Amino acid sequence: MGESMFVQGNEACARGALYANLRFFAGYPITPSTEIAESLAELLPTVGGKFVQMEDEISSMCAICGASLAGLKVMTATSGPGFSLKQEAIGYAVMAEIPCVIVDAQRGGPSTGLPTEVSQGDVMQARWGAHGDHSIIALTASSVQDVFEITVEAFNMAETLRTPVVLLLDAEICHMRERLTIPDPGELHVVERLYTEVKPGVAYHPYLPREDGRLPISNFGDGHRFNVTGLHHDIWGFPTQNPDSIEYLNRHLYDKIENRTNSLARWKEYYLDDADIVLISYGSAARSALQHVFDRRLRGERLGLLELQTIWPFPADLVRKKTAHARRVIVAEMNMGQLCSQVKTAVEHPERVFLANRIDGRLITPENIARCIRLIDGRGF
Amino acid sequence: MINRILLSGSGGQGVITMAILLAQAACLYEGHNAIQSQSYGPEARGGATRSDVIISDEPIYYPKVQHPNILVALTNEASAKYLKFIRPNGIFLFDSDLVQPSTKMDADYVGFPMYKPVMERFGKPQALNICVLGALLELTHVTSFDSIRQCLKARFRPAFHQANEDALHLGQDLAASWKGTHRLG
Repeated sequence: MGESMFVQGNEACARGALYANLRFFAGYPITPSTEIAESLAELLPTVGGKFVQMEDEISSMCAICGASLAGLKVMTATSGPGFSLKQEAIGYAVMAEIPCVIVDAQRGGPSTGLPTEVSQGDVMQARWGAHGDHSIIALTASSVQDVFEITVEAFNMAETLRTPVVLLLDAEICHMRERLTIPDPGELHVVERLYTEVKPGVAYHPYLPREDGRLPISNFGDGHRFNVTGLHHDIWGFPTQNPDSIEYLNRHLYDKIENRTNSLARWKEYYLDDADIVLISYGSAARSALQHVFDRRLRGERLGLLELQTIWPFPADLVRKKTAHARRVIVAEMNMGQLCSQVKTAVEHPERVFLANRIDGRLITPENIARCIRLIDGRGF
Repeated sequence: MINRILLSGSGGQGVITMAILLAQAACLYEGHNAIQSQSYGPEARGGATRSDVIISDEPIYYPKVQHPNILVALTNEASAKYLKFIRPNGIFLFDSDLVQPSTKMDADYVGFPMYKPVMERFGKPQALNICVLGALLELTHVTSFDSIRQCLKARFRPAFHQANEDALHLGQDLAASWKGTHRLG
């Protein structure tokens, strides 16, 4: 293990991105994501990378799409209002299969909402913010160390599947400080971009997948002529109205992620073996859930926690398996049940699934969760 | 060992910086687990600010301090808001010129002027938080002075090192002379 530092989740994200060989960041400052941009403005030039503060969030998203096609690993960071603005270009990146990482540091919404306070209200926006049938990957983290590691994972998934990956952090995790130990080079696996073996000047099919489904890329300007568009396109990248090509592309964009749901799942579990009450949580709420589990275990109560780090594609098989023997499933999140609704569709007994939430801009407390469980068990509030 | 520290005041007083220094010193230089978080409004200055620090040798999950054993308040508003949550036998450190505690709790009330001596010594209020930190360490020994000095040197430019050192000493001296006439615990 390498150097230890005491930093915010935001700086851990910036350093994780650099570990994964980020070389281009474009963004527009917004609380609570701003320190990601601040850190990268300082750190990126030291490794020969480029940092650009753009005029807004839309152009930031477009800039990273361009830089990614030109051959760099890219990221942008924002919060709710900026995440809304980026959606059109995120859809473009889905369609054009551009690897990129988008950090959404969730704060209270809707609209400008609560700039400095926490929420987890963007879970569904991460999934369905861009229009049209598509799939997407969204990851979460509940500690500063985890932010670093999941950021590396985000880049790996983006590069492997040539897709946007949303890093769905939240104000608590972004702003809290903890120890971060930077892994040595090589300690975490870093996926590099897969390039085409087609010689320059020879016909190259930018959207013809290999047998394993991966699309070898050619840097824009490096000697292969190809088209990139948000329109439905063929294997050359040119717009098409051919129903076969349209259906093929729609299924390809969906299946390349959804068919890998199990291998994309990242999670942590605590005391699940004999748990009769299983908490499911993610991000900063998972810390409160784990505190509650830990406190109740001291009293001999059989609680456990499943912390989902991959929330999209939703790991339904995992959730079903881990909750199979639970008398109650409590989803602890800071929204009106955005992930809870997914859990209900995944489990054998949706009537055993309950929401423990908090939506006032404050981090949900272990007591909030305790009260919810008490009420469900018919013991009053 | 677990210390739950709540530092409170208004935006611009350096409450969050103080919290970062404490937690960083405990984490990086003394090998404890430490977590620091904060809550503030959207204003650039002013508005109620709090910062939470937990220092423990066990893993820390829930990061907020609900019942501090060490509370610092630099405004009356902060004192009125948080004093009622202090743990029995806790330490409540405040600037007696700025704060008049209204609630009587089972805690040590440690109040003496800090803002005024800082103004007399430096002619500006920027070093108040470092002075408070010096007083806090003298009273509680949450971390060593040496660990805090290392953090101060890493965080500030050399031009501020002497002023920080002086402010730390000022706070230490003020707390030491308070201890000369009062008993803790």
